[in-house]
Amino acid sequence: MHNEGDDVGVATEDIDAGEEVVGIFMDTGGSVSVTAQGAVPLSHKIAVHALRKGDDVTEYGIRIGLATEDITVGSYVHTHNIRSARW
Amino acid sequence: MPSELTGFRRASGRVGIRNYVVIIPVDDISNAAAEGVARLVPEALAIPHPYGRLQFGEDLELHFRTLIGTGANPNVAAAVVIGIEPNWTERVVEGIRAQGTPVEGFSIERSGDLKTIQLAARTAQRFVQDAGEIPREPIELGDIMLSIKCGESDTTTGLASCPTVAQVVDRVVDAGGTVLFGETSELTGGEHLIAARCVDDDVRRRFQQTYDDYIRMIDEQDADLMGSQPTQGNIRGGLSTIEEKALGNIEKTGTKPVVDVLEPAVAPKRAGLNFMDTSSAAAECVTLMAAAGAVIHLFPTGQGNIVGNPIEPVVKLTGNPLTARTMVEHIDLDVSGLLRREYDVTEAGQKLQTVVDRTIRGRRTCAEALGHREFVLTKLYRSA
Repeated sequence: MHNEGDDVGVATEDIDAGEEVVGIFMDTGGSVSVTAQGAVPLSHKIAVHALRKGDDVTEYGIRIGLATEDITVGSYVHTHNIRSARW
Repeated sequence: MPSELTGFRRASGRVGIRNYVVIIPVDDISNAAAEGVARLVPEALAIPHPYGRLQFGEDLELHFRTLIGTGANPNVAAAVVIGIEPNWTERVVEGIRAQGTPVEGFSIERSGDLKTIQLAARTAQRFVQDAGEIPREPIELGDIMLSIKCGESDTTTGLASCPTVAQVVDRVVDAGGTVLFGETSELTGGEHLIAARCVDDDVRRRFQQTYDDYIRMIDEQDADLMGSQPTQGNIRGGLSTIEEKALGNIEKTGTKPVVDVLEPAVAPKRAGLNFMDTSSAAAECVTLMAAAGAVIHLFPTGQGNIVGNPIEPVVKLTGNPLTARTMVEHIDLDVSGLLRREYDVTEAGQKLQTVVDRTIRGRRTCAEALGHREFVLTKLYRSA
């Protein structure tokens, strides 16, 4: 994960549904653990915070888009549930 | 510390790391003659392209600037220029000659392809023989003009390969060198980060104007970049939005101030980190940066962009272990160990610096060895 406080982390290997995974913050070295709600392929994202539809989604400590539906902790996050706020 | 790097010192005062003789067609219909010369003189490199007829205005100026800058790039020892008629041919020749590079031009009308090829081949032969006598001399890292652009990015790019490139970018700038970055559309969502790093208000104003002009152009076309930016490859690699892609992209620019804003293919005047207004398409962007004088390119990739350039060696690195394993012949450096926490970004930067040093000294990159020579001119609008 890039920054402490980010809503999403990146899978550095394939994650299986139900797997307990640990995210390491690159900026502080701290960590967070979540249980994957679904499979997350290598280099795709997983939510570490719950988000409501319309919320900003944060990665790198900066908004990367908006949630297009409610997202639960441990969910797979991609174009099906977030979108650009710019175009 | 004694320098272990070597390169070619050109009449312009700039330093190259390769020693090509190139054959540059001015226009699409001169490609056949340029390629004919290269068949007779195999060490001379033809760089065909699809444009150069009935262009006008800013688009024509960019065409000339790109061809002239390519011929005058410090990685080029000498250039042969071939065009259909003498006027525009001479314009390209004069532009290259003004920068001190040996050059001769040939035009096809009133001669035909075969006679033109014969005459141009005699010159190309002499240039190739002469180029072999140009010695490699000791150079410093600060003599280098580096360019950077990533491609087929995924989320590993922002976590691993781009931060690794940032280490080398900062080193080159600290050594007094020049670095080019671009990709105007691909700053969207992080453009404020670049604006904040501009060295003064004038540079900041010109950066913001360049970015805003691009967005206005998109709006005027009533176009939707969704589905193109991020690319389908980016999405397959887990990038969901342009903002996410931009933040990863910006990671590679390091920490130094942005000292200037350049039009496409314009040679930088200021040492340090320069922003150039370019497309985010790999071959277009690298072609413009090479035309501005960049001699080595660092290319972080996630899903595996395989681009090269005829005159500027492209060094590729990836943090994606799947790409490193399945596309090994395209990847000069695998930094996926960063994601497994086998080493830190400082150590990854040292690994990349070693690859850069070896490339400067003459080791061929993967793209060079595989013959990736994508030369793609940027076209601003439809020809007359």
